[in-house]
Amino acid sequence: MTDISLKCILEAALLAIGRPLSLDEMRGLFPETDQPDVPTLRAALEELGNDYAERGLEVIEVASGFRIQVKQDMERWVSRLWEEKPLKYSRALLETLVLIAYRQPITRGEIEDVRGVTVSTSIMKTLQEREWVRVVGHRDVPGRPAMYGTTREFLDYFNLKSLENLPSLAELRDIDSINAELDFGPLEGERR
Amino acid sequence: MSDTESPAEIREQPQQAEMPFAIVQGAAITSLPQDLYIPPDALEVILESFEGPLDLLLYLIKRQNLDILDIPIAAITHQYITYIDLMEEMRLELAAEYLVMAAMLAEIKSRMLLPRPEGVEGEEEDPRAELVRRLQEYERYKQAAEDLDALPQVGRDVFPVSAQVPERQQTKQHPDISLDELLLAFRDVMKRADMFTHHHIQMETLSVRERMSNVLSMVSADKFVEFQTLFTVEEGRMGVVVTLLAILELIKEQLLELIQAEEFGPIYVKAAGGHAELPDDFETSADSAQA
Repeated sequence: MTDISLKCILEAALLAIGRPLSLDEMRGLFPETDQPDVPTLRAALEELGNDYAERGLEVIEVASGFRIQVKQDMERWVSRLWEEKPLKYSRALLETLVLIAYRQPITRGEIEDVRGVTVSTSIMKTLQEREWVRVVGHRDVPGRPAMYGTTREFLDYFNLKSLENLPSLAELRDIDSINAELDFGPLEGERR
Repeated sequence: MSDTESPAEIREQPQQAEMPFAIVQGAAITSLPQDLYIPPDALEVILESFEGPLDLLLYLIKRQNLDILDIPIAAITHQYITYIDLMEEMRLELAAEYLVMAAMLAEIKSRMLLPRPEGVEGEEEDPRAELVRRLQEYERYKQAAEDLDALPQVGRDVFPVSAQVPERQQTKQHPDISLDELLLAFRDVMKRADMFTHHHIQMETLSVRERMSNVLSMVSADKFVEFQTLFTVEEGRMGVVVTLLAILELIKEQLLELIQAEEFGPIYVKAAGGHAELPDDFETSADSAQA
């Protein structure tokens, strides 16, 4: 089996299934005695991606596997195919989601500590219904509150391969360290 | 702020000033005009857009370009309380968290006003430190939420693809046929063909309507006739069926009446209307003779 036809087979499979395909599933396309190994698959997928360079599609690796999708710069034409505007998520939902993503496993109480407001039940329900968030365990403190974490579907939706690919958090600036840098004296009562 | 500083220099230094309500044609308005009418709903939109006390505080801090690491607590508390009062005036439902934050700010302020015991505790901790830490922490995630939303999302920026799959080809297995089986099948065909001898069945056209008239002519309003006499068996099945249909039609049109004394007993028929005497052998348990 030459590499060219492997590329075509993978392309056909990815288009047919309409969802991300994992490397294992790709190996399963072939009879057990003749399965390509992972480096071969990756090479073929990369070649396929290169073929799409001048086209409107791209091959991307997300948490659940590989996926062919419409390129982002096509969005302004393609989105006209649908009448309804896509969902816009509220700030509260995004802030809650982001806390779970960066600080998982995290409990509701801990989320509330950072945001300063109660976690809305409907937000948690929405996140779980969309399968972006799930209960990963319980914290061993009185009340045994549930701990939440994000799922692979969450990463797939945002085109991410893993949690490491999340945009990095801004650095916290320490009040004492800044003081030391600027060589201020001890803080007085009220200034100004 | 000394008066000898030039306006340009004043602008460069971050100044603690009364936050203007509005800037109209370059001039800041710090007090509401007496005759200004604000519809109650107008401010609701702005004030409800805060995601909580931390969000509100951040807003107040950023609005005045204050340094988050060095918040002037008294001024901020004052502004914060003003906002809370405004929200209460607008009868917005105030989450308890806002009031908790107001209390916290007041506590921090009081701590800063009290003289600090020198060297009693190891390090003197800025009472604002906890608040600053919380504000910064919140700010990080607020920013992260915006960054996450900016990532390409499936269905909004990128779109999944699929292609039409060709019809699955079923490979039909053609079994081998032996001569014996072929001849057996042929013999069956011959047998069936024999059955198709010339056997013409001509349908006698029997009209139900015609039969209805026949039946009516056989019954009278004055006397009962036994049910079975209405049928001509020689006509075969078809004839019997047509007679029955005719009788049923007549019953439906209420031109015929039927009675039966007991189960499996003889049925008597008469034309509707008129009055007939029941035959002698007719036994009724109830006095329900049709009249």
